Amino acid sequence: MGKKLLIHNDNVPGIATLEVYRQNGGYASVEKALKTMTPADVVEEVKKSGLRGRGGAGFPTGMKWSFLAKPEGVERYLVCNADESEPGTFKDRYLMEKIPHALIEGMITSSYALGAKTSYIYIRGEYFYVARILEQAIEEAYAAGLLGKNILGTNFSHDCYVQVGGGAYICGEETALLESLEGKRGNPRIKPPFPAIAGLYGCPTVVNNVETIAAVCPIINMGGDEYAKIGIGRSTGTKLISASGHINKPGVYEIELGLPVEEFIYSEEYCGGIINGRKLKAVVAGGSSVPILPAELILKNDKGEARLMSYESLSEGGFATGTMLGSGGFIVYDETSSIVKNLYTFARFYHHESCGQCSPCREGTGWMEKILHRIVEGHGKPSDVDLLWDIQRKIEGNTICPLGDAAAWPVASAIRHFRHEFEEYINHPERIKDVKHYYSVNQLAGA
Amino acid sequence: MAKVTIDGHSIEVPDGTTILQAARMIVQDKNYEGENIAPPTMCYYSKLKTSGGYCRTCIVKVTKGSEKDPRPMPKPVASCRTTVMDGMEVVNITSPEVLEARKGVVEFLLINHPLDCPICDQAGECHLQDLGYEHGLAKTRYDFSRRTFNQIDIGPYIKLHMTRCIMCFRCIKVADQITNNRYQGMLFRGDASEISTYIEKAIDNDFSGNVIDVCPVGALTDRTFRFKSRVWFTKPMDAHRNCTTCSGKVAIWMKGNDVLRVTARKDKWGEAIDWICNECRFEKKDAKDWVIEKPSHIDRHSVISQNHYENLAQLKLDISKQQKQIAGKK
Repeated sequence: MGKKLLIHNDNVPGIATLEVYRQNGGYASVEKALKTMTPADVVEEVKKSGLRGRGGAGFPTGMKWSFLAKPEGVERYLVCNADESEPGTFKDRYLMEKIPHALIEGMITSSYALGAKTSYIYIRGEYFYVARILEQAIEEAYAAGLLGKNILGTNFSHDCYVQVGGGAYICGEETALLESLEGKRGNPRIKPPFPAIAGLYGCPTVVNNVETIAAVCPIINMGGDEYAKIGIGRSTGTKLISASGHINKPGVYEIELGLPVEEFIYSEEYCGGIINGRKLKAVVAGGSSVPILPAELILKNDKGEARLMSYESLSEGGFATGTMLGSGGFIVYDETSSIVKNLYTFARFYHHESCGQCSPCREGTGWMEKILHRIVEGHGKPSDVDLLWDIQRKIEGNTICPLGDAAAWPVASAIRHFRHEFEEYINHPERIKDVKHYYSVNQLAGA
Repeated sequence: MAKVTIDGHSIEVPDGTTILQAARMIVQDKNYEGENIAPPTMCYYSKLKTSGGYCRTCIVKVTKGSEKDPRPMPKPVASCRTTVMDGMEVVNITSPEVLEARKGVVEFLLINHPLDCPICDQAGECHLQDLGYEHGLAKTRYDFSRRTFNQIDIGPYIKLHMTRCIMCFRCIKVADQITNNRYQGMLFRGDASEISTYIEKAIDNDFSGNVIDVCPVGALTDRTFRFKSRVWFTKPMDAHRNCTTCSGKVAIWMKGNDVLRVTARKDKWGEAIDWICNECRFEKKDAKDWVIEKPSHIDRHSVISQNHYENLAQLKLDISKQQKQIAGKK
């Protein structure tokens, strides 16, 4: 059994209530931090822990916190990014729904470290019922004196609010989130200035993922050095993985970083192998935007070493043969799945979610979707694969926010590793007619 | 002060200058000889705050971040929104990578553009036309139907033709910054997004006509000038009148003795020098209303600068020179 720090007591009855949560050791980090540590100590512990952002980019959290500008007389804000919209990722929902106080506790401790008097949890509109759960937890915390004025008798005061968004993927981008939180249209801002200098209402702001903030509690409880011992190399601690697709046991799993991918897919403790004993075809390791990898490259890297669930190991080999840990949306495809159809679904999503602000993403995502639609419908042209490749290359890196990259990477990787499948679709349209979407063209070619 | 090098040309600029402004300073220098290294712009407008950064045509590559931190920037940056650092080195037209990326951006801007230049009033002074001519492909690779919108009359003077829009947001910034009320905004998302007044509300403001001048394409046109003439058949003249609302310094576009339209005077980069009011722009269409100063100087590489007074004068000189040469030979 791997070590669990975040969801170890998710099955305790009534853990969503403050009473049961405190009986199980909840809010210990708030007490420890507020009564025995200075804010700088807390930041130092987080730095020592080597905690990296769990939202996708994997930026060291301690460093992000230390970049926060601290001008005199200006408010600072902590904003929790609960706009979890990446297809394939649902770990934050599970955490907030089961143990809402874990997030509230992390918010208080982190805000203390940053000196933020106010914090916001920006949650996506589709999670409305989760927002209700969080609001109830916040109410309980206020009643118990854990939020509000002079928390636990110290002179630290803090207010925490839940804000429900409209349900746009783009609002998961931190600056678009801040715009939306300010009540404007959720368009990403042009950086610099970064939120650490001018964020919410022009004040210094830290935006962190739900899981990152929740992970601050065990770090304070056990100490940064102790936390850094879990995991492997620069990927310290535990990570929530949302496993979905053709596996026997889909769900949210907490793993120690450094777990071999093969073990994660096939062991009974985690995914439990591929459904119906079929063969593994491909894996999207970190949510829809990271490159898809075929079975031979996800289990072992190009040097033949076993791939591990960690930031470094998954990105071994760059984008040519590697991928990213991303937000932990682990989607498994078995041999019957069609990569082209899957890619069309992703492309449709990114087209729908593009904000329309900068040209490459606005026009390019729509164009890619149209071409993929044509291919999937059996009207593809031989030049389409190269055209797709060229379009994604011209979107990547040329946009304001990372959504352009997120739309381009799946296309690039699918063409890189599964070009033959595209060609099969284009050259033999008669084989894809009247076929249910989950049958692959390869199988049909053999039939 | 910061020293910045763009395509091998160095200049000292005040702190806070953007790469684009620095490039323009280099090109505008009297002693400068060489190619135009200023990146093209579609959405940036020096007179509008927070404009720029959206169209991505001005992207450049920073090969050296600064003297202190010489690392190159990992991605191409929008030169209109990136401020210079001391010792920064930038490549624009000398980098095939940048030119390739820019070509991509131009293609993206054109895939949903109707290419109805033959019936578009903006043709001849259209920035997208110039950009497509310089950086675009001769043929389109986009073979799907293009998005279309209905034409909207924004009040009696302005026509909004969203189909041609490239989403530069300049008109929104004008409405925000030089008129009192914000009437315009962006609706919807992605490639379905549109600029709109939402309820087709007439823009009723003394300075609303300036949205026509800032529009780089033919999305916002002057209803008093629509289909009157191709712009290159009209002669621009600098003129002024005593106006109580604006400076009254305008360019009038004449055909014979008729004033076909009135616009703001434009600088080398196609930007209005002074905002003008709606009265000057739409209601003073008689040559008697204006004191004509001189033919307008148009310093822009485009169709609009052909056939103009100065060029004609130059042409006449050339012809007389040639005639003399021919006569001499005889």
